[in-house]
Amino acid sequence: MTETSNDAAFVEFQRVQKSYDGEILVVKDLNLALPKGEFLTMLGPSGSGKTTCLMMLAGFETATHGEILLDGRPINNIPPHKRGIGMVFQNYALFPHMTVAENLSFPLEVRKMGKSDREAKVKRALDMVQMGEFGGRRPAQLSGGQQQRIALSRALVFEPELVLMDEPLGALDKQLREHMQFEITRLAHELGITTVYVTHDQTEALTMSDRVAVFDDGRIQQLAPPDQLYEEPENSFVAQFIGENNTLEGVVKSIDGDTCLVQLDDGSEIDAVPINVHKAGERTKVSIRPERVEFNKDRLHADAHTLKATVKEFIYMGDVFRFRMSVAGNDEFIVKTRNAPDAVRLAPGQEIEIGWLAQDCRALDA
Amino acid sequence: MTDASQNAGPMLAADGTPLKQSLARSLRRQKLRALLLISPLLLFVMFSFIVPIASMLFRSVENGMVAETLPLTVEALQSWDTQSGELPEEAVYDAFVRDMVVAVENKEHTRLGSRLNYEETGMSSLFRKSGRKLKKMDPETDGPFKEQLIEIHEGWGDPQTWSVIKTHSPAVTNGYFLNAVDMRRTPEGAQSQPEDKRILIKLFGRTLFMSLVITASCILLAYPVSYLLATLPMRVSNLLMILVLLPFWTSLLVRTSAWKVMLQQQGVINETLVWLGLVADDARLIIINNQIGTIIAMTHILLPFMILPMYSVMQTIPPTYTRAAKSMGATNWTTFWRIYFPQSIPGIGAGSILVFILAIGYYITPEIVGGTKGVFISNRIAYHISSSLNWGLAAALGTILLAVVLLLYWVYDKIVGIDNVKLG
Repeated sequence: MTETSNDAAFVEFQRVQKSYDGEILVVKDLNLALPKGEFLTMLGPSGSGKTTCLMMLAGFETATHGEILLDGRPINNIPPHKRGIGMVFQNYALFPHMTVAENLSFPLEVRKMGKSDREAKVKRALDMVQMGEFGGRRPAQLSGGQQQRIALSRALVFEPELVLMDEPLGALDKQLREHMQFEITRLAHELGITTVYVTHDQTEALTMSDRVAVFDDGRIQQLAPPDQLYEEPENSFVAQFIGENNTLEGVVKSIDGDTCLVQLDDGSEIDAVPINVHKAGERTKVSIRPERVEFNKDRLHADAHTLKATVKEFIYMGDVFRFRMSVAGNDEFIVKTRNAPDAVRLAPGQEIEIGWLAQDCRALDA
Repeated sequence: MTDASQNAGPMLAADGTPLKQSLARSLRRQKLRALLLISPLLLFVMFSFIVPIASMLFRSVENGMVAETLPLTVEALQSWDTQSGELPEEAVYDAFVRDMVVAVENKEHTRLGSRLNYEETGMSSLFRKSGRKLKKMDPETDGPFKEQLIEIHEGWGDPQTWSVIKTHSPAVTNGYFLNAVDMRRTPEGAQSQPEDKRILIKLFGRTLFMSLVITASCILLAYPVSYLLATLPMRVSNLLMILVLLPFWTSLLVRTSAWKVMLQQQGVINETLVWLGLVADDARLIIINNQIGTIIAMTHILLPFMILPMYSVMQTIPPTYTRAAKSMGATNWTTFWRIYFPQSIPGIGAGSILVFILAIGYYITPEIVGGTKGVFISNRIAYHISSSLNWGLAAALGTILLAVVLLLYWVYDKIVGIDNVKLG
């Protein structure tokens, strides 16, 4: 995936490569450009190179090859403390021997700011995250969520234009995490900061970002806004990684413009949108989202291909019903329906026919 | 809300007994088990450590020998005034001969002589020489004894002799402690030792000063090494750690003797310096048998005790702190001084206490490389235990040393806080 570099880019990676041992490339040919004010998330499994990219941008790792530009200037040779980039760390990294106010005051002190200015800024930064009364406390006396807020306001107190966040919400419980997701995006947009956010949590990536870069194997697999990423994955890794996904394997029989016919391994045939299959005879993985599968025949097109399915399991989840089915040899085929008044509860063992719209079914690389 | 919590009285368990009581009962078995597990060690420590040390320390005030060996004399001396300048009455001499006959029979008079010799030189020979002749006397028939005794040894005609016996007759004495701080017990009360005998205070001072110097040089040498160990990758740091621990596999005596080879005037260091032309052949450095020798050798020997606690504390300081500081604009030095160093202080504290307390009681190394100017108070204690056999003084010195260590520990707690000490 390459992104054409443009002059308006605030942060730019140009053909960046990184190797730690001289044998394996952790980051392979990274090209990425962010305009000012964008909230970009680097999403990927551990070991995919996303944190390395962040560390190169912060200056704690040097790129083996390529340039990193900040506001048009190459920063490869600028030490981290001169880059003026705010950073929030996974475990907050609040200095345990300083009070909250001293923590916030530290970046201002090293900038040789006067005492009254410092106090005013610290107060404003604390109020910004609703922690005004906690200035005198030590980090150890705060809860995880409170520490997270302090870490955030410490990264923002010296008014950097770029803020990096390395899985900042990983240590929080679900409810707090959701609340902080909202808080962080609100602050980032209010202050107009450019943000690079690293996470392996896809929900976080989808809810917070302007654009998401999905990393795997040292490359960006897809760079797109969240909705596009979810609904139009460009390869089977992204389809698998983002959200829940059903995969059926088969061979492309024919391609006709923007539809293709796929023969599944058990012999049955389905229609799909060819994304990165190019000719008949190629093996493919067909991807369908669980909520796009329909087993109410009335809602399907008359000419839609249908498949036989056996219900294996019914899971009641409150707002949705989740069925595990056996479809075309795949025992892990998931179907989700909303818990509506007329929703059908299928019992295990029941045999039904399922189908979907051809445009929701994407034939991807095998 | 249960009834129990609404009552003002104590919380009750389900069966009506107070909750605390039933909790204690349920925990008793566990506690008993724990006690049983530690009991072998507890007994071992009791009998091999606490009891001997307590009895040794008790010797610093114990002084029953005069009263036990010369019971009648001590009683008779009660009416005699040490300040009078005159010899005691005949009754005292009579009592003394009666006591001495029994003492010589039991061969206790020489022991008493050497005990009193600690206080007044000459007492040992006085008792030994008189003993033989006194043995032949019969207390019932041979009196009066005053003249006879003075004839046997003129010492008995000196009021000072009797004054010493009376001064040191109480069963509990502060005499050893006074000796330990360069004072002595006299009939006129505690007084300073004569100028030429005042060595112990100086020795205490030297011990403290040199231990501080050793601790400081250990901190200076250990800090960078520990930092390196804590920041290097695990595989490399484990290898280096073996090098740090290597000295533990060699005998202390061997290491100290090696320093003797290194430091002496014809030793490796001097020879090298002369060969390089840095030092003239007739001006070789004197770096052994003095304080420098002790400081060098002990710093080397105690270094691992500083590195280990420092390393284990530094290992727990996550690298993200330094990164965070740098991302906020701090230079390397500011990051170190404001962020890293304050967090490594517990390690310095733990190492310092360990090294200082070990140093203050060190014996072998100062003995071998210290000469006369570089010895510690513990060498003096050893001397009194094994050579002069003045165990009372040795015990008093030991007690003072223990008290000083505890005092310093307390001061340290007040300044740094003992909670700030971490061994890992």
